[in-house]
Amino acid sequence: MSVTNRPPVSLSPGHAIEVHWQALAARRRFYTIGGLLLMFAALSGSLWFANESNAGKFFDRLPYFFDFVGQLMPRDGWEVWRALFDLPSPYDDGSLKFDYPDGRVYVTDGFYIPEYFYDMLETINIALVSTLIGFGFGFVLCFLAASNLTSRRWLRWFVRRFMEILRAFPEIVIAGFFLAVLSIGAVPAIIAVAIHTIGALGKLFFEVVENADLRPEEGLRAVGANWVERVWFGIVPQVLPNFLSYGLLRLEINVRASTIIGAVGGGGIGEALRLSISRGHEAKTLAIVLLLFCTITAVDQFSAWLRRRIVGSQSFDFGRGD
Amino acid sequence: MATLTASEAESLAERHPDIFAVPLRKRLAGWLIGFGIVAYLSFAWWFFSVGQVLSGANWEIADAYMADWISYEIQPSLALKGNHLEITYPRFSPLGDNPDPDWVEKRMGTVEIPERGTPVTPDNGAAKAGAGFLGNMNSSNSGGFLGQLGTSAPGAATTAPANTPQEPVRREEAVLEATVHFGGEKSVEILPGLVRVQRGEEMLTFEIEDGRVIARDPLPDWAIQREPGAKVTAYLGFAGRVEIRDDVVKIRRRFLGWENFFFDTRSAFFGRSVGEVAHLVFFGERLDPDSSNTALAWQDFLNNTEWQHGDVWLKLFQTIVMAFVGTVFATLLAFPLAFAAARNINPNRAVNFLLKRFFDFLRSVDMLIWALFFTRAFGPGPLAGISAIFVTDTGTFGKLYSETLENIDDKQREGVRSVGAGPAEVQRYGVMPQVLPVFISQSLYFWESNTRSATIIGAVGAGGIGLKLWEAMRTNSDWENVAYMVLLILLVVFIFDNISNLLRRKLIGTDAAGTR
Repeated sequence: MSVTNRPPVSLSPGHAIEVHWQALAARRRFYTIGGLLLMFAALSGSLWFANESNAGKFFDRLPYFFDFVGQLMPRDGWEVWRALFDLPSPYDDGSLKFDYPDGRVYVTDGFYIPEYFYDMLETINIALVSTLIGFGFGFVLCFLAASNLTSRRWLRWFVRRFMEILRAFPEIVIAGFFLAVLSIGAVPAIIAVAIHTIGALGKLFFEVVENADLRPEEGLRAVGANWVERVWFGIVPQVLPNFLSYGLLRLEINVRASTIIGAVGGGGIGEALRLSISRGHEAKTLAIVLLLFCTITAVDQFSAWLRRRIVGSQSFDFGRGD
Repeated sequence: MATLTASEAESLAERHPDIFAVPLRKRLAGWLIGFGIVAYLSFAWWFFSVGQVLSGANWEIADAYMADWISYEIQPSLALKGNHLEITYPRFSPLGDNPDPDWVEKRMGTVEIPERGTPVTPDNGAAKAGAGFLGNMNSSNSGGFLGQLGTSAPGAATTAPANTPQEPVRREEAVLEATVHFGGEKSVEILPGLVRVQRGEEMLTFEIEDGRVIARDPLPDWAIQREPGAKVTAYLGFAGRVEIRDDVVKIRRRFLGWENFFFDTRSAFFGRSVGEVAHLVFFGERLDPDSSNTALAWQDFLNNTEWQHGDVWLKLFQTIVMAFVGTVFATLLAFPLAFAAARNINPNRAVNFLLKRFFDFLRSVDMLIWALFFTRAFGPGPLAGISAIFVTDTGTFGKLYSETLENIDDKQREGVRSVGAGPAEVQRYGVMPQVLPVFISQSLYFWESNTRSATIIGAVGAGGIGLKLWEAMRTNSDWENVAYMVLLILLVVFIFDNISNLLRRKLIGTDAAGTR
């Protein structure tokens, strides 16, 4: 802008534009280079710091990096399948490493579920239950947080802050607290994941509600419907597909989250994985990783397919939403 | 709602049969879904045996843990030693080495204590008690109760040594009685052989005889005695509780706040007021000849044994670094790979397909598994966390970026190509301006989200504050430290959320990119 303030003495209009453009470009270049330098400095500093405070130094450990991959190689390819389906191993020496049939969960005398399938089932159920709970509470709360449905400022403010706290509070702390109170198991994991889900879904939901078309609601208001009826008949049918889509996205995230919470004491496949990696059981570890990989891929694919059916290709956005 | 007359409703239904004559399947769908959800939840209730877990829960502990977040307890115990009391505090009490809080009111006196510390038998105790009251009179501390007994004391005092002539006795200054104030109208008065608990208007008196705790009056519901003569626990609300046993009275007095947040009990600044500390830091003489007071205060603060500020901040910084470096590296690697994976940019279908499956693999193996692997490879620490975030997010960014690239507007590329630009220039001027803001916005969004993830994967050993948080929780006694760390994490996430939003707004105008 400083250029235009100058008296355009002896400058053709084209020249003035050229000068202005050069100035803008120079400033832009300055910011870009400055930003990159700053970024580079922060990155090098961070790397140095991370390396210093790590137990093993990066360059000391690098030559041995693939050692542990070697440690993960099972004795033969079939071991992974035996570990996965709890079949007896020819290497069985009574140690934990090869006691695959030991983990069988018998449903009837002759029929059993392999240990890791059972654990995976548990993890998926944790994710499903907590998503349902989160969906339910998020559904109820979101209408109170939407500015087009709730005119009381204080209520909106309160509900939004409440959901923000639920969302931002580290899941691991909630899990740890309930692990201490309820003893180790799946219930603390459900509570922790569900609490986080309420906050995350509530926020997404109320944003959907705020973008809803208000004409059905006005119509219902005109015939004297009360607040609950207006919301239920006017807003819910519009937003439900989007809600379901977000709920399914959340389910994908929660399968991962409940695996992680499981690894710190919430039961399920996460715990099995942590134990088997730390004990160095290569076939078991690979079996669990394979199972997890297949399950997560399957859940993602299923959820993507269902979402496409529910909302079509629009609003088919990828987001972690937390 | 406004009601319609029957004829109006009928005519409406006639005019719009498609709305009012809904097929049975559709009408039942809602109920069926609802029923399915209820059935599934009941199954889950059974599957996780929720009822059993909830009934086995220790809610009393939950209360105590919750209270620990914002308050702390001091637990003096007053041993009943026949004729006097011995007040002890647990080691590492928040009050320092020689606690003498003003809420424990003591009345001192001289007593005779058997030299070898032999336990005082009950009959001996009676005689000693007399001697004690005499001593108390000498120490010119007069309470109503003592004054009364004092008149009869001299006789007892003379007989006491006579009864046990062979036992050597030393005379010592000791606590004869104590009153513990719990704030408000609540207090506990402890004498040898007698304990009075006051809670508001109510007053409970317990006598301790022959190893039994006997209540004079029937107990209210805030005082619990499992069987006659056994220990009594009296609850005084948030302020704490008292446990009365036959030989000791254990006090738990709760105070709001975080104890010794700035300086621990070993510090030279311990127990000083803010003004005093400020004065010492800026004007005072050196407490330690080797370093200035400012440096000393800073060191004492960082190395506070209870709060470990220095370590907590270091670990928090590790978490921030993990998220930052992991996200930046993932962005840098995913950027070129996404161009190779996008169908409209790289015509080689095999490469497209393989790269996309590779992204899916990185993403689906999950951050937790990567974290566990890299912890094995690099040892516990931020390098493992950085690697885990880097690998997972390379997959995520690769997928997101290649999808963005496939959705770009082709006209811009055609225009650049039509003026004779080479392949590299087509990408630079035809594609980059369209996608760069979106890419950066997506990375910024994940940077903030990774700060949260880094906290969690830290708990499995991948560095950062997660492990520290987890350890503090596992001890079950450091919930105030947990609260402190949670507060710091929330603060950091809040700040980064705002920075990331601000940068996104600056870079692309609005909060677009559809990552939410």
